[in-house]
Amino acid sequence: MDDFYRDYILDHYKRPRNFGTLEPHDLEAHDHNPLCGDELGVHIRVEDGKVAELRFHGQGCAISQASASMASEELIGMPIEQIGKLDADWVVDLLGIDISPTRRKCALLSLKVTRGAATGDASWPE
Amino acid sequence: MAQLATSLDVRADFPLLARKRPGSDRGFAYLDSANTSQKPGQVIEAIDSYYRNSNANIHRAVYALAQEATDLYEGARERVARFAGSETATTIFTRNATEAINLVAYAWGREHVGEGDEVLLTHMEHHSNIVPWQILCSERGATLRYLQVSDEGLLSLDELDEVLASGRVKLVSVTHVSNVLGTINPVAEIAARARAAGAVCLVDGSQAMPQLPVDVSEVGADFYVWTGHKALGPTGIGVLHGRRELLESMPPFLGGGDMIASVGLQSSTWNELPWKFEAGTSPIAQGAGLGAAIDYLDALGMEAVRAHERDLTAYTLDRLTEVDGLRTFGPRDPDLRGGVVSFEVEGIHPHDLAELCSRAGVCIRAGHHCAQPLMRLMGVPATARASFHVYNNRDDVDRLVEALIEARNVFGLSSGGLSSGH
Repeated sequence: MDDFYRDYILDHYKRPRNFGTLEPHDLEAHDHNPLCGDELGVHIRVEDGKVAELRFHGQGCAISQASASMASEELIGMPIEQIGKLDADWVVDLLGIDISPTRRKCALLSLKVTRGAATGDASWPE
Repeated sequence: MAQLATSLDVRADFPLLARKRPGSDRGFAYLDSANTSQKPGQVIEAIDSYYRNSNANIHRAVYALAQEATDLYEGARERVARFAGSETATTIFTRNATEAINLVAYAWGREHVGEGDEVLLTHMEHHSNIVPWQILCSERGATLRYLQVSDEGLLSLDELDEVLASGRVKLVSVTHVSNVLGTINPVAEIAARARAAGAVCLVDGSQAMPQLPVDVSEVGADFYVWTGHKALGPTGIGVLHGRRELLESMPPFLGGGDMIASVGLQSSTWNELPWKFEAGTSPIAQGAGLGAAIDYLDALGMEAVRAHERDLTAYTLDRLTEVDGLRTFGPRDPDLRGGVVSFEVEGIHPHDLAELCSRAGVCIRAGHHCAQPLMRLMGVPATARASFHVYNNRDDVDRLVEALIEARNVFGLSSGGLSSGH
């Protein structure tokens, strides 16, 4: 098995979980990686202050798509206020692979848009 | 692997290509020359020698060392002008092609483009030939228009005529060779039609001057720009060739030292061409390096450089058909394209292709190539791109093909082609 393109990364890339759009939704954000032009958006439906449903949409490399797919499974059920506290390490640990500086934004794009939707803070996670 | 008799064999001139990769007895297959080229030892030595032996500021001091530095810089300008088929006085050194375009947009555009006027570009332009015109047009109340690009990556002269017929087009700005599609555009024809319609024409030769025999007097554009670092020269120096009457009538771009004739408290008068457009201390070392790069290309002969790149492009287009699920962009006919091949592989994002190629020491670019409008037209977010220069050989292309086949294996796309993730 490849150390970087691990089976579960490729599985999430080829069969991304919670992808598509969500109508109606309560929160949304859309952003892109200026280096490569990859785009990712998120729709979130909120119930009792928590993520009831969440869908990512857009296109990108294996790392950005797998990151969104894997994050979506963790985010559903999470209190909205907790999303603002998630940092870059949260995503990197979730992916479980060594992310080089050149691929870091690929990995972080999903958290960037999710935090943007939840808190309005669209800065890159650190 | 076998080299054709007509191909150049100059790899040994390029020190970086002798470098072995960590943990490998092989070097890089550097296939990103449309991004920036590698530099021959002659260029590196010219820069080194300038700093070791001739370093002084130019155009100012009277001592002999300063004269030597001035001669180096102005000598490079003379050779660059001759190489490009231009005059010394109308060959202006800039920081890069981007700055050259901004110079024209600022110094010519603000005087000649007004409300209701049109600036005509094409869908295959680099961002550097889009954004300066967006800034100009929004400031002046002018409209930006774009010529279409066909599925095969070609412009239509008929469409050009139709747009020019409005009489509102003040400037046509077009790339000589597309950095994504490789298309060699009929720029002499475009410049002639623009001129006949009363429009000024700028040609972005960033991808052309390094690899084609180009005579800017034959192209006949009012402005022709290119950059040193893609033409085996250093970063930090670009070139603007301009029509003398236009350059003389234009106000300066940047103000400062060297570009003035005399400075009063309230106003100044301008130096003559080309220095009117060269404010501040010039990129002297870069000038020396670019001069050496031009000498190097001249010695090889641009016809031979073009033949080499055409051969490699044709070989690449042919060999890439062996990779399942791979699609190339741009003209099929190698006579219509320069040494750049953009492609995508179904089911693998270009970034992942570039990452997997990198593991095999194969350097390709992945992304939008600073051409987002073209990417949208092509319906892709990004492409992978291999591009060549004189030091590349068929072995580099073979290594690319091997790496792409291995990338498909890593992604579990065995031959026959599984469905993609999208």
